[in-house]
Amino acid sequence: MPGPSEPTHHEEHIVSPKLYLVIGATLLIFTGITVGASLIDLPGDLNAVVALAIACIKMTLVVLFFMHVKYSSQLTKLTVAAGFFTFIVLITMTMTDYISRAWGRW
Amino acid sequence: MDSHTVAAQTAETAHAEHEHPAFLRHHFESVEQQRESATFGMWLFLLTEIMFFGGLFCAYLIFRNWYYPAFVAGSHSLHLWAGTLNTTLLIISSFTMAMAVHASETRVRKALIGWMIATIILGSGFLCVKAYEWHDEWVEHHVPGLNFSPQGFLHGTKDYPDDKLSLDMAEKTQVYFSLYFAMTGMHALHMIIGVSLLTILLIQAWGGKYVEGHVAPIENFGLYWHFVDIVWIFLFPLLYLIRRHQ
Amino acid sequence: MSTILTLPDQATARLPKVSYLNKEYGLKSWLLTGDHKRIAMLYFISITFFFFIGGAMAGLIRLELLTPPSDLLAADTYNKVFTAHGIIMVFLFLVPSVPATIGNFLIPIMVGAKDLAFPKINLLSWYLYVAAGTMMISVLAFGGVDTGWTFTTPLSTHYLNTHVISAGIAVFIAGFSSIFTGLNFIVTIHRMRAPGMTWFRLPLFVWSHYAASILMVLGTPVLAITLVLVILERTIGIGVFDPTKGGDPLLFQHLFWFYSHPAVYIMILPGMGVISEVISTFSRKRVFGYTAVAFSSVAIAVFGFFVWAHHMFIMGISNYSALVFSLLTMLVAVPSAIKIFNWSATLYKGSITFETPMLYAFGFIGLFTIGGLTGVFLGSMGMDIHLTETYFIVAHFHFVMVGGMLMAYLSGVHFWWPKITGRMYPEGVSKLAAVITFVGFVLTFFPQFILGYLGMPRRYAAYPPEFQVLNVFSSAGASVLGVGYLLPLLYLTWSLKYGKIAGANPWQATGLEWQIQSPPLTENFVDTPIVTHEAYDYEWLESKKGSEVPTVG
Repeated sequence: MPGPSEPTHHEEHIVSPKLYLVIGATLLIFTGITVGASLIDLPGDLNAVVALAIACIKMTLVVLFFMHVKYSSQLTKLTVAAGFFTFIVLITMTMTDYISRAWGRW
Repeated sequence: MDSHTVAAQTAETAHAEHEHPAFLRHHFESVEQQRESATFGMWLFLLTEIMFFGGLFCAYLIFRNWYYPAFVAGSHSLHLWAGTLNTTLLIISSFTMAMAVHASETRVRKALIGWMIATIILGSGFLCVKAYEWHDEWVEHHVPGLNFSPQGFLHGTKDYPDDKLSLDMAEKTQVYFSLYFAMTGMHALHMIIGVSLLTILLIQAWGGKYVEGHVAPIENFGLYWHFVDIVWIFLFPLLYLIRRHQ
Repeated sequence: MSTILTLPDQATARLPKVSYLNKEYGLKSWLLTGDHKRIAMLYFISITFFFFIGGAMAGLIRLELLTPPSDLLAADTYNKVFTAHGIIMVFLFLVPSVPATIGNFLIPIMVGAKDLAFPKINLLSWYLYVAAGTMMISVLAFGGVDTGWTFTTPLSTHYLNTHVISAGIAVFIAGFSSIFTGLNFIVTIHRMRAPGMTWFRLPLFVWSHYAASILMVLGTPVLAITLVLVILERTIGIGVFDPTKGGDPLLFQHLFWFYSHPAVYIMILPGMGVISEVISTFSRKRVFGYTAVAFSSVAIAVFGFFVWAHHMFIMGISNYSALVFSLLTMLVAVPSAIKIFNWSATLYKGSITFETPMLYAFGFIGLFTIGGLTGVFLGSMGMDIHLTETYFIVAHFHFVMVGGMLMAYLSGVHFWWPKITGRMYPEGVSKLAAVITFVGFVLTFFPQFILGYLGMPRRYAAYPPEFQVLNVFSSAGASVLGVGYLLPLLYLTWSLKYGKIAGANPWQATGLEWQIQSPPLTENFVDTPIVTHEAYDYEWLESKKGSEVPTVG
């Protein structure tokens, strides 16, 4: 009798090579786009925003498909989310100090 | 004959492979539990890696804000072709690694070995390009603490004439390069470890392992490899693509 | 005095023929073991060793502080001594104390598994710990490091020529030991629970360790990268913490405290888990508000990540961000307080007896409450500006860590000693040791609150003469405390040979670990347990009283 912590059989899903090829090609295309976009003068900070946004999209594709998270258990998805959350906390809360230092005294 | 030998012999002579395969460890109830646990363990390890690199990204964010012109000039001094090539190599290697996992899942030995070799070659190629770049930085006196000189940043370059910095800001390019070497160095260290581990797995696969239902090591190594790829996916724009437009 | 202790008839009682202790013999069977119980014992021995070295450092500190001038130790030497005390006590004792010993031993049994998910990684974790400890001892032997356990920049990167790098590497290695322990626990708790063992039937000890493990896995790597950067700064001079090169010394502190604040919760949460078990057993009552206590453990872990800059209020961070961190610090005290309330409610109308583990638990509740409340004072920015870097801080963290965590550790060691060894410790002298420890502790550390409030700075070998009386009280207390800690070392060792045979469940406690023989078998259970009862179900325990605990041999 399986215990409550025993996983249900979901890891049997095998991703097809065709999907891998599509994702791989998409990643390469996005690489081209990000280089191209960096060579165009966009207003304000948009260059940096676009570059980071594209990087995030690429990361999402790798995580979901190459790393199988799309087909993984809720636990795996939660774990990945927890990692990102903690990373964001580190960055943003440290930045609260650096951003507001120049605001001057009360 | 102690209990362990008896147990191992029983495992080998089991009829159906899913009854008691040799690679099932005794504290697990089933292969499924073992596989799920191993993958979960690897994900937790990757979380530690996210936080490990996170500290470097945090430092990068702060200093890029403080010394933007220095970061621009520093970024321009990197070879865009090298960074783009490396990104391409790593993305293709992620593809080949995913295919290797697929070969292990579908139990095709030749394919598994082939895809693993491809991944090793692509990963090694990345490291060669990196080594070339680093050598270049050394020659141009861009290595912080060892032979750094801000001289090259006092005048603009052919491609980027506006990269002329004051002496004060030119000296801040050392901070940019500190982060460049720390981040690409840490990444390269992870690549070296990855290629080494993959070589070991390859030798084992050559000996017949990982095509009889024991997918977890290949799968979980794949997770590690993809993670190292993702780190580079962020390093590339952050280090190479700062204000590249003329 | 009444007691719930029920021992088998000593005339006929024997230790079980087969257990994890005698399954295999020889040094190799211990040094290459995968058995979580043996690894726990390996940890227990090494942690005790480092505890007494750290304690010796404390003894030197208190000896020096008997007199105002720096007459016993030169100032530089004094700095090395308190740094050694801090590094050893934090990284080599407090962080691994309960998780690596009691946690390693009990988590698989409490969830109903045969071992942790990754036994080899568990063993690796111990070897990393020993490597880190050995490295630290050699740092001491070669002249020490005097940065304080906090390695603050730019002192550590630019102004000292002591063994900062080696000490940093030692801590780095210890960090990985911690990460692997936490990783193992999380996977085991998620994936290896026995049939019927749902999350809300787990003992609260498991919940606490789960929360602490999350902190270990997510927080420790940031310490690792911080140490790497310090080493790079010292060797190559990369400049990230160097203002002359454009770096920021405060960046070090942000990254360091991002780990080191959650670290204090890594240290205390497992201790809180012990207290939940002990309070319940010695009140014969289920823990009041199980769900609240379980979720408060996780809440402490999550909120613990949001407050780190309260260690940096006077360091030059912006007042606005300091305000945010101060407010969040108030918030993080709430889950801890919830636990204290729930334990008190558990005691209410319970059948309380005062065996040694319970004495330590009472000590914990009183001293941790005081320590925690003073933490709230310090979280308030206005108070902290006056009290930081004084002995008030020293007193605060010793109340929570020594009055809290160390007492919880001793409580747990005594509570599970019969399970781990099969023998009882001597109750009389152990009660005496508990009382001596409590008295010694209060005498040592309460004066330090007053000293801090009066303005005596911390980390100084010499101090103004008006502080001497309180310092003498503190040092006197330290010698009493030393006796209190030495006694268990002696009588616990004695009990290994001469202690009474304990039987499977001398405390009549609930929990899967008490349903198996003492000491347990290597594979823990003869048959996989099937759990049908809730945690702390004393009625279920009553109904089971008839059946024999299966032993082998």
